[in-house]
Amino acid sequence: MRLFAMIVLLLSLCPAPALLAAEPSISQESITDRSISLPEWKDWRRVFFLEDYNTRIVILGTTLLGMSAGMIGSFALLRKRALMGDALSHATLPGIALAFILATSLGMNGKTLPVLLSGAAISGLLGIASILLIRNLTRLKEDAALGIVLSVFFGAGVALLGIVQQMQTGHAAGLESFIYGKTASMVASDAWLIGSAGLTCMLISIFLYKELTLLCFDEGFAHSRGFPVVFLDMILMGLVVVVTIIGLQAVGLILMISLLVIPPAAARFWTEKIFYLSLVATVLGALSGMIGSAMSAIFPNLPSGAMIVLVATSMFLVSMVFGIPRGILIRKVRRYQLNTKVNRQHLLRSIYEYLEAHRMLAEKQIKPVPVTALYQMRSWSPTALHKIIRRAEQNDLIETVSGDQIRLTPLGLTEAARVVHEHRLWELYLITYADVASSKVDRDADAIEHVLEPEVIAELEALLIQQASSDILASPHTLEIDPGNTDSSVSQSGRPGS
Amino acid sequence: MNTSNSVSPDRQNDTSNAAIPLSVYDLTVAYHRKPVIWDVSFDIPPGKLIGIIGPNGAGKSTLLKAVMDLIPKASGRVQIFGKSYQKNRHRVGYVPQRESVDWDFPVDALDVVTMGLYKEIGWCLPVRKKHKVRAMEALERVGIADYARRQISQLSGGQQQRTFLARALVQNADLYLMDEPFAAVDAATEKAIVQILQEMKESGKTALVIHHDLQTVPEYFDYVILLNMRVIDHGLTADVFTPENLQKTYGGRLTLLEEATETMRRREQSL
Amino acid sequence: MNVIREALSQWNWYLDGWIIVAGILCSVATALLGNFLVLRKMSMLGDAITHAILPGLAAAFFISDSRSSLPMFVGAVIAGILTALFTEWIRSFGKVDEGAAMGVVFTSLFALGLVMIVQAADHVDLDPGCVLYGAIELTPLDTVLIAGWEIPRVVAVLSIVLLINLLFVICFFKELKLSSFDPALATTTGFNATLIHYTLMTLVAITAVASFETVGNILVVAMFVVPPAAAYMLTDRLGRMIVISVILAVIAAITGHISAITVPHWFGYGSTSTAGMMAVAAGLLFVLAALSGPRHGILVIFVRRQFLAWKILAEDIIALMYRIEERDPDLKPDAGYLREILFSRAWPTRLTLYYLTHQNQIAGSDGQFELTEAGRDRERQLVRSHRLWEHYLVEHAGMSTETIHRQAERLEHFTDRQLREKLNEDTNETDQDPHGSPIPPEELTN
Repeated sequence: MRLFAMIVLLLSLCPAPALLAAEPSISQESITDRSISLPEWKDWRRVFFLEDYNTRIVILGTTLLGMSAGMIGSFALLRKRALMGDALSHATLPGIALAFILATSLGMNGKTLPVLLSGAAISGLLGIASILLIRNLTRLKEDAALGIVLSVFFGAGVALLGIVQQMQTGHAAGLESFIYGKTASMVASDAWLIGSAGLTCMLISIFLYKELTLLCFDEGFAHSRGFPVVFLDMILMGLVVVVTIIGLQAVGLILMISLLVIPPAAARFWTEKIFYLSLVATVLGALSGMIGSAMSAIFPNLPSGAMIVLVATSMFLVSMVFGIPRGILIRKVRRYQLNTKVNRQHLLRSIYEYLEAHRMLAEKQIKPVPVTALYQMRSWSPTALHKIIRRAEQNDLIETVSGDQIRLTPLGLTEAARVVHEHRLWELYLITYADVASSKVDRDADAIEHVLEPEVIAELEALLIQQASSDILASPHTLEIDPGNTDSSVSQSGRPGS
Repeated sequence: MNTSNSVSPDRQNDTSNAAIPLSVYDLTVAYHRKPVIWDVSFDIPPGKLIGIIGPNGAGKSTLLKAVMDLIPKASGRVQIFGKSYQKNRHRVGYVPQRESVDWDFPVDALDVVTMGLYKEIGWCLPVRKKHKVRAMEALERVGIADYARRQISQLSGGQQQRTFLARALVQNADLYLMDEPFAAVDAATEKAIVQILQEMKESGKTALVIHHDLQTVPEYFDYVILLNMRVIDHGLTADVFTPENLQKTYGGRLTLLEEATETMRRREQSL
Repeated sequence: MNVIREALSQWNWYLDGWIIVAGILCSVATALLGNFLVLRKMSMLGDAITHAILPGLAAAFFISDSRSSLPMFVGAVIAGILTALFTEWIRSFGKVDEGAAMGVVFTSLFALGLVMIVQAADHVDLDPGCVLYGAIELTPLDTVLIAGWEIPRVVAVLSIVLLINLLFVICFFKELKLSSFDPALATTTGFNATLIHYTLMTLVAITAVASFETVGNILVVAMFVVPPAAAYMLTDRLGRMIVISVILAVIAAITGHISAITVPHWFGYGSTSTAGMMAVAAGLLFVLAALSGPRHGILVIFVRRQFLAWKILAEDIIALMYRIEERDPDLKPDAGYLREILFSRAWPTRLTLYYLTHQNQIAGSDGQFELTEAGRDRERQLVRSHRLWEHYLVEHAGMSTETIHRQAERLEHFTDRQLREKLNEDTNETDQDPHGSPIPPEELTN
């Protein structure tokens, strides 16, 4: 009988085409009609001015949740523990179901949040312990440990839910909201619980801010300085557990990980400082919680957990594209600018060196240079060179004399002289001070000749003052009008951008 | 009961060994039950620059890590200025290998140097201005004060190494343990580091440096430890840094010893 | 027993038979691919893809306006592949840690799918719940006619998927092996590792989609990871690992369904989710494998260490007695005397002494022991090894005579006759160790 009852129950949840026709409750409307009915103004007002007590509670709760998840998530992300949160949140399900079964059979109200959440905490911690055991005692790697714990615990949870659904207490189905999240069921005491637990977590992480930073950055150093690394790690995991658990009700256990991961990952595009990272993540988390739950309060058909995540995701996408200094766009722009600058400097230098080689520098008038000669000096394709020349013309650095003759403007000549000077300083430095050990030259410095900063130039000039007799240094090696001349090892290390 | 037992020999050693920056006795370390260093014993003299020289896989890093209890010792005893590492930790500064951290981490050079002071600042207390000033001084000393506010991935390899050095300097320790500070740095950084090492030596500090470049050994170090799973020899560079010793250290692999170690490992697995 | 019988009294060969068949087909199809996910350290990608197919299903539904299988299938597979792609993009373009990138992608897609499905849910029952834990119990109800046989639709679909996966694994076995082990090498030798990677991802998505409706993605995730991980604990060979993982998947499917029906009855409840119990069964199999694996099992490693400790203790005892006998033939040591010198604990020593007596290597009377002839023979080999090692260490490793004893003591336990002969050669066949004690000959020549 029970088996049959369960089948019917599952039928009501799942597509079963064979029985679909027999289902009396099926809607008669056209299935193409699925517009979200636009709410009226008073609904908007109700939500945004927090007029409704219930809405106020829900929005406050989710905002605090988003804040604490953002902050704790920053550390979890930097510790590269992002997916552990996922396994952990899945591992809470059997605890929730078991807590409900036990509490109900003891005659208590199994549906109270503290009871369920303590069950969740216990099984979540068991999940983490299992992950650590698998990782440390067997030869399996972390990813497999996560996958095993996640699926097996969740499977156990699903099996236990199957039992919960058969219990006489009719209000059992509410447990499902822990899987997908359902803010509507949140009451004031729940919001207080979430809020105070979240704030406590944030306070702890603020107090241990520098210790946690050190743990995430350089565990070995922390250990050598006498910090209890294992203890700190446990605190961090404990904070993640608490935040995950208070988020179960609002966001659901499948999506909880996203609140821990997405805001910090989005914040990372905006800053290079860990302090601002956690700050931005906190703000983004709060905004996602707030906007997401408000949206789901306004539009009756939008599940809160999913909405919170989608708001966070849109913030992530915006950050990834437009974030400064690490977003994709700004990085592309910067690379483009650098390439342009390098190309321009190469052009100017080529012209200058051509003039120098043909002893045309001393003359009063600036002589034109044939474009064909420039091809030979560098491996430029005609279209690329044409583009570079056009851009230089726009900057008033050169001018076209006739079809294939170009000439430096006075401004261009000054600029070319500066570029050549810097380049030769750099070469000289390499030869004089690095014992021509081109392998030892700091290749990963972002400032090779094209981006030499003024202070570096000053330093170089001071170092090489005895050689720098004239304004423009003579090239330390025979000028290579053909590319790939004798001194290639030095000159190439001098301009890796070419 | 237990503590009183362990304290008394310590006290004895206090008087005799307090001047010895690092004393390693009978140290054996095994990774996955495969020994990496065997029965290593040496004392190092104070106020000297000491190089640890040996081929790849000789256990040089392992030795440093075992000294600092970063990895468990299979056997042996380590004393820092006559006491255990736990007790004299504040007198030791550590410069790890550059690869040991993720340089994409969102902190700047000054933050990294300040980390050297975290223990001193104490739990839960915030970093104050005076700490930043001290960190800044350390950065100045290694010559990269201009880059203090740069995110660490934007520093060059040499500057990153100098940042690590500054983090150790700011602790004002008496014994510095450095894991390949000269690996993949530019010539200027190498010169700067050597100069700082000399200054440290002049102010009576001791530095134990893992080094790879044999050519520069006599120039940089007063004292060397030749290591290849065990100490081949140690002493003043002039006495110890000889072709025969180098041959012993780098050449002549102990094939039978390795074979036996391998059998040992295999047998333990297949038993 | 009574409860079980009662539970199984509801057993219906038609219903339960097909449920088990569907479970087995799904588990095997999934576990086949899972081996490569586990070996490539991408276990979580299976999880991500199975979550992320949701918006694909919903989008296909919106576009085609029907619940027909093909568009949904295609939509879900596309979503699955996009998950892998997006993760890779975010990781490389956004410079985000891989785990975090995966977390961002699949939760976002899942949330998107959830919203889309809830929009559709008023009109058609695409329920997110069944995406998660499926309705394998309903398998037998939706049938198709194939060659005159009435076969559940799911079974037909899963059979095809299983066939595809099987063909893929068999045909590309060596390519998969190579590209899982060393993608760079695979590419340089002409196999395109990226192509294989995305083919694998496509099959993962197809398998997940084919399974989701019936068994739910939780079982898929479990079967992707757990049986292969368990098999990995049991063997070192890829071929065997695949076979074992398939066997374990079958066992998990069968026991999972049976326990879903029976176990809750013990506590007075009706049957529960079969998919959930299959995952749990797989988990238990994993625990078993992790504990008892022949080479890498936790228990085996523990026992091996204990045995080694005892073996060494036994040899140490014999060695000590040999040396005692060498010095003072009349002294017959007792257990306490031996322990004092060896610093060994009481009961392992006593046990070892009992074992040695049993092996006839020592003989004991009144708690005092002496070596037998067999023991002396064995000990001579050990002493020979020890002293040869000491000699070798002094001569070739340049160690001082004071420090060698302990090393030699360790090494002697691992020295067989062959190695001893090499040592003998290397030490120029001396007959004295560095301390001046004689090195006994390999065999007594009296």
